[in-house]
Amino acid sequence: MDYAIGHLNYWLIICVMMVGLYTLMSRGNLIKKVAGLNIFQTSVILFYVSLGKLQGGTAPIVSPEFVLYANPLPQVLMLTAIVVGVATTALGFALIVRIKEAYGSMDESEINRMDGTGT
Amino acid sequence: MQTTVLLVVLPLLFAPLTALCRNGKLAWALTLVLMLALSTLAIHLMRDVLFGAVIHYELGGWAPPWGIEYKIDSLNALVCVIVTSIGLLSVLFAKSSVEKEISEQVTALFYACLQLCVLGMLGIALTGDIFNLFVFLEISSLSSYALIAMGRNRKALTAALEYLILGTIGATFFLLGVGMLYAASGSLNMQDIARRFADFGSMHLVSTSLAFIVIGIALKAAIFPLHSWLPKAYSQAPSVISIFLAATATKVSIYVIIRCLYQVYPVDYWSSAVLPDLLTGLGCIAIVYGSARALTQTDIRNLLAYSSVAQIGYMILGIGLMNVHGLMASFLHLFNHAIMKAALFMAAGVFFYRANTTKLSELAGLGKEMPWTTAALIIAGLSLIGMPGTVGFVSKWYLLQSAFETGVWYAVIAVLAGSVLAILYVWKMVEALYFRPAFKVAIHHVPSGSSGISRTPAGMLVSIWLLVFSCIYFGIDTRLTTTSARTAVATLSSDIHIVSGSTP
Repeated sequence: MDYAIGHLNYWLIICVMMVGLYTLMSRGNLIKKVAGLNIFQTSVILFYVSLGKLQGGTAPIVSPEFVLYANPLPQVLMLTAIVVGVATTALGFALIVRIKEAYGSMDESEINRMDGTGT
Repeated sequence: MQTTVLLVVLPLLFAPLTALCRNGKLAWALTLVLMLALSTLAIHLMRDVLFGAVIHYELGGWAPPWGIEYKIDSLNALVCVIVTSIGLLSVLFAKSSVEKEISEQVTALFYACLQLCVLGMLGIALTGDIFNLFVFLEISSLSSYALIAMGRNRKALTAALEYLILGTIGATFFLLGVGMLYAASGSLNMQDIARRFADFGSMHLVSTSLAFIVIGIALKAAIFPLHSWLPKAYSQAPSVISIFLAATATKVSIYVIIRCLYQVYPVDYWSSAVLPDLLTGLGCIAIVYGSARALTQTDIRNLLAYSSVAQIGYMILGIGLMNVHGLMASFLHLFNHAIMKAALFMAAGVFFYRANTTKLSELAGLGKEMPWTTAALIIAGLSLIGMPGTVGFVSKWYLLQSAFETGVWYAVIAVLAGSVLAILYVWKMVEALYFRPAFKVAIHHVPSGSSGISRTPAGMLVSIWLLVFSCIYFGIDTRLTTTSARTAVATLSSDIHIVSGSTP
C-alpha cells in the first residue's frame, strides 16, 4: 500500500499515457489521433518533471539559505522536449489540413477506402 | 579541432539562408556547396580516426559529464561519411528531378528541409550525450516527415502522417527510456553512464529503460514487426528523398542501436537476457519476409522499399550474432547497403523522371530505350543479391562466416533464402525492362513538347554511375571499409573490456 501511494504521481502519469495511446489507436478522426499523440508526449514531460521534484525543495540558488533544492536538469530538458512536441503537433495538423484539401475527409477509414479504390 | 562541430554548425547556418532564397537554382547551388564542404570535413575526420584514435570535443568548453560532448571514433566517422557523401550525390541528382517534382515556390524550402535532415543525422552520429541524441533524432525526423509530404501523389500526405505518428511514438519511447536511465544513473553522458554502470545496474528501472530505448529506436529503424511505415513513406516521397532517406535514415538508427547496446549498456548486461536471440530471430524473419514481399510488388519503388526491410534484417542479424565478424558485417552492410540502395532508387528516379511512372508493367521494354540507367540498375541489383566482386558480397561473406562461427544454422538458411529471393526480385525488374515486349505507349502523362523524356540529365547520370562504380570498387578493394569496420569493432570491444573488467 505504501508502495502504491508513494508512487502515486507515477500511477497517474501511466494513466495519462494510456489515455493518450488509447485515443491515438481508437479514433478514426485524424485530429483526435494527433491530439492523443500530444497527450502521450505530455505524459513523458510530466514523468521527467516529477523526477526532479523534491518535497520542500526550492529552486537551485547558490546561497547558504537554500540547502534543499529540486534538480533543475529534468525541467530544462523538458523545455526542449516541449519545443519538439509543439513542432510535431504543428506539423501533424498542417498535414491534416493538406489531407482534408486533397481527400475532402479527415476520417482514416474513409481515406483508406479512397486510396484502396485508386486515386 | 573545430572541424567536428562545423559538421553540425554549417547546415544550421545554411538552412535559414537557403529558406530565404527566392530562386530555386540558387537554393540548389547553396545546398551543393554545403554538401561538398560537409563531405570534405567528414572524410577529413574519417582519416583522423581510421586507425583507432578517438576525438573528444567539448561543446562550449564545458567538461563532460555536465557539458555535451561530441565523441568521434571510427564508427561514427563512417556514419558521417555515409550521410554526407550520399547527401552530396543525391543533391547532384536532385536538380532536374526537383524541378520536375516540386513546385517552384517551395523549392528553396525543400532544400532547407533537406539540409536540416542532414544536420539531424550528423548530430545523431556525432553526439556523446543521450538526450542531445533525442533532439537530433527529432530534428531529422521532423524534416523528413515534411519532405515525404512533398511527394506528388496525395498518398504522400497520408504516408507522411502515418510516419509522423509512428515516428513520434518511437521517439517518445526513447525519451521515456532515457528518463528512466537518467533517474537511475543521474547522468546523460553515454561514457559516464557506461563507466558507472555497476553502481546502479541491478535496478529494475535500468532493464525497463533498455526495453524502451531499444523498442523506440527499432521503430525508427523499421526493424521487422515495426516496419509498416517504411514502404509507404519511401514509395510516395519525391525521388530525391527516397534516395536520401533509404540510404541514410535507417542506417543512422541502426547506428544508434549499436551505440546504445555497446557503449551505454555493458554487453554482459543485455547479452545474458533474451535480446541477442530476439535480434537474430527478428533479423532472419525480416530477411525472408521483406524479400518475399518485395517479390510480390508491381512498382519498382515499392519493391526496393520492401527489399530495404530485408536488408535491415541483415544488419540486425549481424548485431544479434554477438561476435566480431557479425558486428563487422553489420558495419560493412551499413556502408554497402547505403551505396547500392541509393543507386537503385536513383535508377527508379530516372525512370520516373523520363517515363513518369515506376510501375513495372508500364516500364516494360524500356531497357533498350534507356540502356545506361538499366545497366546501372542491374549492377546495383547484382550487388543486392551478393554477387562476388560487388559490395553486397563482402558483407554477406562476413555475415555467413559469423553465422558459421556461432553455429546458428537458421541464420545461414535465412541469408541464403534471402539471396535466392533477391535473385528472383531483381530478375523480375530485368525481365520487365529487357525481355517483355515494349508497352505500346511507354511514356505516360507527358505534357506535349516536353524535352524531359528524350535524355537523362547529366547530373543524374554522373551520380548514379559514381555510386555504381563505388559498388564495384569497394567490392574488390575492401581495405578501406574493412579497416574502418575492424577499428570500429576494436573500439567497441575495448570499451566492453573496460566495462566488464570493472564489474565485480
